[in-house]
Amino acid sequence: MTSAIETRRGRAGPPLSSAGWVRAWPLYPLLLLIVAFFLYPVLQILWLSLINRAGELSAENYLRATTTPVYLRTLGITLQISAWTTAFSLLAGYPVAYLLATARPRTRDVLTILVLMPFWTSFLVRTFSWMILLGRNGAVNKLLLSLGITDAPLSLIFNFTGTMIGMVHAMMPLAVMAMLSVMQRLDQTLVSAARTLGARGGSAFWQIFFRMSVPGVASAGLLVFISALGFFITPALLGGRQETMISQVIISIIQEVLNWRFASALAVMLLVATALVFLLYDRLLGLSSLDGAGSGSGTARPPGPLGRLGAAVGGRLIATLGWLSDRGGEIWERLVPVRPDRRQRSAARGVLLVSGALIIAFLCLPSFFVIPVSFTAGNCIEFPPQGFSLRWYALYFGAPDWIAATVRSFVVALLTGAAATVLGTAAAFVLVRQRITGRGIVLGLILAPLVLPRIIIAVGLFYLYARIGLVGTVLGLVIGHTILAVPYVVITVMAVLKTYDERLDQAAWSLGASKWRTLVHITLPQIRGGILAGFLFAFITSFDELTISLFVTGGSTSTLPRRMWNDLLLQVNPTLAAVSTIVLLFVTVFIIAAEVLRRRAVSQ
Amino acid sequence: MVGQEQGSGARALQRLAPDLISAGAPGAGVSAGLATKLSIRSIGKSYGPVLALADASLDLAEGEFLTLLGPSGSGKSTLLMIVAGLIQPTAGEVWIGGKLSTYEPPNKRDIGMVFQNYALFPHLTIQENIAFPLKMRRMPAAQAAEEVRRVLDIVQLPHVAGRLPKELSGGQQQRIALARCMVYRPSIILMDEPLGALDRKLRDRMQLEIKQLHKRLGITVLYVTHDQEEALAMSDRICLMKAGRIEQIGSPEELYFRPRTEFAADFLGESNIIAGRVVASGADGVVEGAGGLRVRAQVDPALAPGRTVKAVIRPESLRILQPGETAENVAEGVLAESLFIGGVCRHYVSIADDLVLSLKQLTDGGAAVPPPGTRIRVGWRGDHTLVLGVA
Repeated sequence: MTSAIETRRGRAGPPLSSAGWVRAWPLYPLLLLIVAFFLYPVLQILWLSLINRAGELSAENYLRATTTPVYLRTLGITLQISAWTTAFSLLAGYPVAYLLATARPRTRDVLTILVLMPFWTSFLVRTFSWMILLGRNGAVNKLLLSLGITDAPLSLIFNFTGTMIGMVHAMMPLAVMAMLSVMQRLDQTLVSAARTLGARGGSAFWQIFFRMSVPGVASAGLLVFISALGFFITPALLGGRQETMISQVIISIIQEVLNWRFASALAVMLLVATALVFLLYDRLLGLSSLDGAGSGSGTARPPGPLGRLGAAVGGRLIATLGWLSDRGGEIWERLVPVRPDRRQRSAARGVLLVSGALIIAFLCLPSFFVIPVSFTAGNCIEFPPQGFSLRWYALYFGAPDWIAATVRSFVVALLTGAAATVLGTAAAFVLVRQRITGRGIVLGLILAPLVLPRIIIAVGLFYLYARIGLVGTVLGLVIGHTILAVPYVVITVMAVLKTYDERLDQAAWSLGASKWRTLVHITLPQIRGGILAGFLFAFITSFDELTISLFVTGGSTSTLPRRMWNDLLLQVNPTLAAVSTIVLLFVTVFIIAAEVLRRRAVSQ
Repeated sequence: MVGQEQGSGARALQRLAPDLISAGAPGAGVSAGLATKLSIRSIGKSYGPVLALADASLDLAEGEFLTLLGPSGSGKSTLLMIVAGLIQPTAGEVWIGGKLSTYEPPNKRDIGMVFQNYALFPHLTIQENIAFPLKMRRMPAAQAAEEVRRVLDIVQLPHVAGRLPKELSGGQQQRIALARCMVYRPSIILMDEPLGALDRKLRDRMQLEIKQLHKRLGITVLYVTHDQEEALAMSDRICLMKAGRIEQIGSPEELYFRPRTEFAADFLGESNIIAGRVVASGADGVVEGAGGLRVRAQVDPALAPGRTVKAVIRPESLRILQPGETAENVAEGVLAESLFIGGVCRHYVSIADDLVLSLKQLTDGGAAVPPPGTRIRVGWRGDHTLVLGVA
């Protein structure tokens, strides 16, 4: 079987021998880094959570966490908020994904950029924008009051509503993209076929299109839910006391009482919750549906009782939805009869377009509210701003601590970008071009920092750094950020390498080039777009990173996000708007450049 | 024009009638009555300034097998999609089974469609796939199961009911797609290049199977293909399309032996096309081509002497003449190349600077073919020459 695969891929040499492991050397620097600064710290957390003050094995941390109502409640709130975020993101994201999947390629490209807007703006900036919009004197309330819709300002912030708006805004792009990747692979002629076979529009959509897009919805739900579990910025800035999530508690325990063991126990509980969600997902739908390979059911493994139940309930639900929309369609047709002699537009398409436009506006517009606010002449943040002045920009450029934080962030991001690009590209080459045993495990390990709640990595790194003296150092930040950023480089470069025609390299060898010169003169020049895109993604990941910075920096060693976080928590002022505007423009330009490069590289 | 088309449709039906009657299929015995199942009237489709289809009209008689044939971009698929209701036309009318259906949604039309990639629902079993249209028509499950068994027997795949589409071979999927279409007995079955994804051998077999099903069950078929051999082999009539327009409609024999345009002559089969001028019109007409070659042929009296025309001769109508042998038309030239391609040999004979005739003859084991470079004479019959006016 091995030889069959080899023949297919045209590779020489025995892949499973020790020689294979020697040839895989470009993978090792990254692997070493990940083992030392990701795997080890996370395992350390596990260990810490299991010992008591005296260093003996004990369950006291877990006992305390599970018997103290406040922590249990926090865990409950975390799960609840994540569940609601998932539900809203899927519900609002589905029509947008459908719109994108059925749009013309040109339109789809433009809309994709708009949908990804929240993804591409700094996390802190967009949360700050929501504070401007939703506050008691915020833009939304001013609008509602002036239109006479409400008499008194609504409380939209520091409560569940604010948290939900912020989190759904942050998570929906992820949901849309995950669903889109499955929908784009669906064969639209199947819907046409259902129509010619006698299905009304509603039935054809629900029983065929929706049914086949379920794996996409499920994987989107999984991604959103586990990402939401680790959130702390949004609930901290937009939520009230009732919306305290577990990451916030972990942060305060570390920062205020420095109880490693107990914080570790909470982190492990978060980890277990994440793992449980994965497990439940696997039981219900099978993890294989995550890569979207199977566009329908028919996994190799027969479904368990839970899976069968899910399928039965789901099937009934879909049939009901189809029936409902068909009846709705019939009622609509009674109002506006179909005439065989006249063209008509579908009412459903109209509803879809309007709701899609509104949701996309919700995704891409809010961040820009920081721009006008930053030019206010007044002393506080308000919308619309009072007059026009550049004083807040002057304040920013004149404040040594702001500038120092900016420079520091820039340097760290640059170094992170470089390190992640070199290590990630080397690893991507091995992962795409060589057959190594344990490839799945290695790839899983490299990509794990994407899925694992960042707070766990941050706590683990802090504990490690505290003992080896890396707290507050640029090196410590760069290592931590590289761990977080390297998955983006690996994914991007692997995608480019997969589309790369290896016969070009073979041609170069046959023409007398050595392997090294082939790499330098043939391979790298052709994939450099992908590599550069990976670099830019890594740069931005670091530039916008707060979780690790929150622990391992502070005071004079603050990064820009860390500095902004302090002001956001303590005293919101227009300087923040000025800084946010600069970061917003900077990050947006960077990310769009990266995205354009990536697309060009992959489509070549 | 419409009358003429219906005339040939009637002939097609008469040829079919015995089969229909023996099969006892619905519609048997209507050969004289001639029910029109589909009528397309001046259908047009434009995308902004781009014209995809212009002024297309045709009628499809009950039990007829009509093929839309043309190169890609000729509008044949667009026309089929308009009949299916999957594309809305910008002009004209579509009548299905005597009912105006131009802008009816697909599910309200009495049609069935077989898609190029079969469009079997991957998440449903074969049984569920075939039962889908019945379920949409609210047929009780037990009765639907009976119907599914019936069509699975017809396509000779009774044992695959429980499988998923991906577990079937291409040919089997093709037959299931057909079964799913036939199970609810639509007036017309539309087929969009249904054999395009199959390899050559399987395609030949499926052509035969579809043709036999068509005869046995008396179904009415509108078929789309770009493969001229497929069209010739299967159709009662062929509608040849080019650049969004209908070029010619007629029986395969008509299109092959009496193409009305150079495009038709060139697209169906192979043709030697000699540009020339009319010297004499009528039954004993003469056309003068390149290098003073005089071709005797029947020339439409409407083509007066002096008119520019094209003379069309099929390669298989040409013969290499032995010394002393003669024919109605004779051309002399140099044998440029001889290719042996299995059952037939192809020879290229250079007659004049810009005129090379292609000649096809059955490979004849012993017969001596002169070596390339030899001067030879080729001949053909006058009634094997077709003279087309050039607009």
